[in-house]
Amino acid sequence: MSTTTTPDLQAAATVARTRLDAHVREIVQWHFDPATGSDFWLDWAQRAGWDPRAEVKTYDDLVRFGNFQDEWLRGGPVRKWVPKGYTGKPVSLFETGGSTGVPKARINIDDFRIDYANFSTTLPDEFFPKGADWMHIGPSGPRRLRLAIEHLAQHRGGICFMVDLDPRWVIKLIKWGEMEMVEKYKKHVIDQALVLMKAHPNIQCLFTTPKLLEALCERASLKQLGIKGVFCGGTEMTPQFHRFAKEELMEGAYFAPTYGNTLMGLATHRPTGADEDYAIVYYPPCPRAMIEVVDRDQTDKVVDYGATGRVRLTTLTKEFFMPRFLERDEAERERPCALYPWDGVRNVRPFSGFATTVVEGVY
Amino acid sequence: MLHLPILRFGQPYRSLDVASVPDFRTRQPFVTVSQANGGLVRRDLLPQQQARMKAALDAIPVAELVARTKRAAEIFAHDTLPVGEEAQTPDDYVRQLSATTGLPHVMVRRNLEKIRGVMSNVDIVLAGLTRGLPMDILDTGAGEISGHAMGFVSRGDALGVVLPSNSPGVHALWAPTLALKTALVLKPGSAEPWSPYRMIQAFIKAGMPPEAFGYYPTDHASANEILRRCGRGMVFGDVSSTKRWAKDPRVEVHGPGYSKVVLGPDQADDWERYLDVMASSIAENSGRSCVNASGVWVTKHGRAIAEALGARLARVVPRAPEDPEADLAPFADPKVAERISAMVDQGLREPGAEDVTQKHRGKQRVAHFDGGTYLLPTIVHCDSSEHPLANREFLFPFASVVEVPAESMPEILGPTLAVALISDDEGFRRRFFASHDVHRLNLGPVPTQRVAWDQPHEGNLFEHLWARRALQRATA
Repeated sequence: MSTTTTPDLQAAATVARTRLDAHVREIVQWHFDPATGSDFWLDWAQRAGWDPRAEVKTYDDLVRFGNFQDEWLRGGPVRKWVPKGYTGKPVSLFETGGSTGVPKARINIDDFRIDYANFSTTLPDEFFPKGADWMHIGPSGPRRLRLAIEHLAQHRGGICFMVDLDPRWVIKLIKWGEMEMVEKYKKHVIDQALVLMKAHPNIQCLFTTPKLLEALCERASLKQLGIKGVFCGGTEMTPQFHRFAKEELMEGAYFAPTYGNTLMGLATHRPTGADEDYAIVYYPPCPRAMIEVVDRDQTDKVVDYGATGRVRLTTLTKEFFMPRFLERDEAERERPCALYPWDGVRNVRPFSGFATTVVEGVY
Repeated sequence: MLHLPILRFGQPYRSLDVASVPDFRTRQPFVTVSQANGGLVRRDLLPQQQARMKAALDAIPVAELVARTKRAAEIFAHDTLPVGEEAQTPDDYVRQLSATTGLPHVMVRRNLEKIRGVMSNVDIVLAGLTRGLPMDILDTGAGEISGHAMGFVSRGDALGVVLPSNSPGVHALWAPTLALKTALVLKPGSAEPWSPYRMIQAFIKAGMPPEAFGYYPTDHASANEILRRCGRGMVFGDVSSTKRWAKDPRVEVHGPGYSKVVLGPDQADDWERYLDVMASSIAENSGRSCVNASGVWVTKHGRAIAEALGARLARVVPRAPEDPEADLAPFADPKVAERISAMVDQGLREPGAEDVTQKHRGKQRVAHFDGGTYLLPTIVHCDSSEHPLANREFLFPFASVVEVPAESMPEILGPTLAVALISDDEGFRRRFFASHDVHRLNLGPVPTQRVAWDQPHEGNLFEHLWARRALQRATA
């Protein structure tokens, strides 16, 4: 895919930007209106002494909020995040992985359904057939994936079979050096999945994490299991893994890597291959969320295209407003493309600027 | 830039994930090395794949595998071989290995010769390892010796080896593996990817089946996967990195040796005669081998011996890698040198130990020369065997001189890989013969690092790879 900026792309980018700015105004109005906003943001505005509804007109104006602090999402009361406009609606609570301390929590009403329904349009029907059943092998529990993958399957007319993996237990086992137990647990997870996949021939679509995908393919052939499409995510993925999966594991199945998390939503990949060294390129679901790459020291400054920096997320839905959150990831800034005429990210990986390492990508 | 690929069943595979290894002097990238992702390693080491690797060797009689190993010895030492997509002469190999490890050329050549020697004498080595077993028994798994039925069974299809970067001489330990009909899966040390790659190329050129080889530069986690997945394993490293495998009988652990020169009470007053043996045991190969002495344990004259060794070893100074007189290797990572020196200093802060080399060399222990960072030889005199430095091992010419009562030896030495036992006192010697803690005994003034390859230490490769099987035939 071309990375040059054509007039058409430029025009598309301008349209997208205009739509983003309008969306920002709508979302800020909602979250800071005393009738619809959440306690958290209404309190925040009162303490800040300015009215975002009056002053935020564009996406760039979000700079006024500074960086969203992840500590705000750790601990309660969690209801402070529920917008008054949604009072009485059933609320789900999703947590992040919990690899460091108290997990971050985000409330959800319909966002995961909207995000995954939108994402569904990016999956090729040939490989993720409508009406086919899905197999989810990976973290469920308090994570968004628990409901999101099932919704994706249902949205496409399928039924989702689930096998759970508890990543927090895996992290503990690794910290204790219980590597044999990690292997036994992984085997236990794959055993369950294989039983289901062999017993239910309409399972044609798979969601799993990179490590579990490898473990599954060590035990069985995706082709023989009848898998046509693999949606893979949840942890870091390298270009080498991407290539390995496509060349050696897929056996003709479609490989759709994804980058997403509980806080932002779900990014869509732009397919790449050997011509781009199997780079993993993601685009955010603009205008509902944005991903930017910023200078690791001057986090107000977006880096040049192709340059490396820290990933900054912004979530802009009526359920959740999270401006300028600095993720624990780094990546290269990717140019807009015809399909996604806004910035993307290339080769997301754990941020190298932290003094201590976090047990990551264990499941 | 020069690039070393992964070898999957002997075939090059260029990974998108590469590690850059710097020149030890300039710190500029010198070579890039493909890194295997964990899934790739695990997939290649599925049981059916290991069986395929071994089957390629099983198809060849042991006698022929021995002949090819001998041929490979000369090819390794003399031929131009592929290194990635380029050609590597033996001189290139010496220069390249020196560039990333700092090992002086003369030491690389010495180690090259050591590897060649083992491969070239693999029949003698195997005779030593098997105590003279007719090797063709391994072709069928059964035979007869002195009228007794004899059966053997392979303990694993492949030997996975996690290799160090400190000295290429260690590769001599796994070199006979193929002749024992066992496939090889190697994880090279990050700074020394050269020797195992070149050895594999030599084996292949000598006619060994390429599919019997795996070469997987990779991270720590995947290195552990190699040890976990291969039927048998061998790991080199310090205590912290190898302790996980200490209780796994499938894996032979090569950690610190704590090797020592012991001067018996009958020779105590003649200590000056043995200074050469002591100095050579400590400093040869820049003190990098587990069979280098890290202690000189004596019953008398400890202070005088320490002073004399200190004066002798203070003459060892950094020289250019190309200098034929070079006998000290720098550290590929200067921070490691600083850290080791700080550990020695920390030990010296405990009363009862003195760095006797310092007054002779008149310099700091850490030295910089021609872009390299070195640790100068260090002899520490310890008042007591209880001192924290009395029984330590570091990756440079370091030794403690400790004076202990004769009757306390060998128990007081603790686990010791190699002992050069200088004593004609039969009673004293017998106690060492009876010791479970002493692995290798060099009797008389034979330096600790002088190794006869038919005398295995720290595990016997044949016994590691093959088990005796009870065998009984129906009587006619």
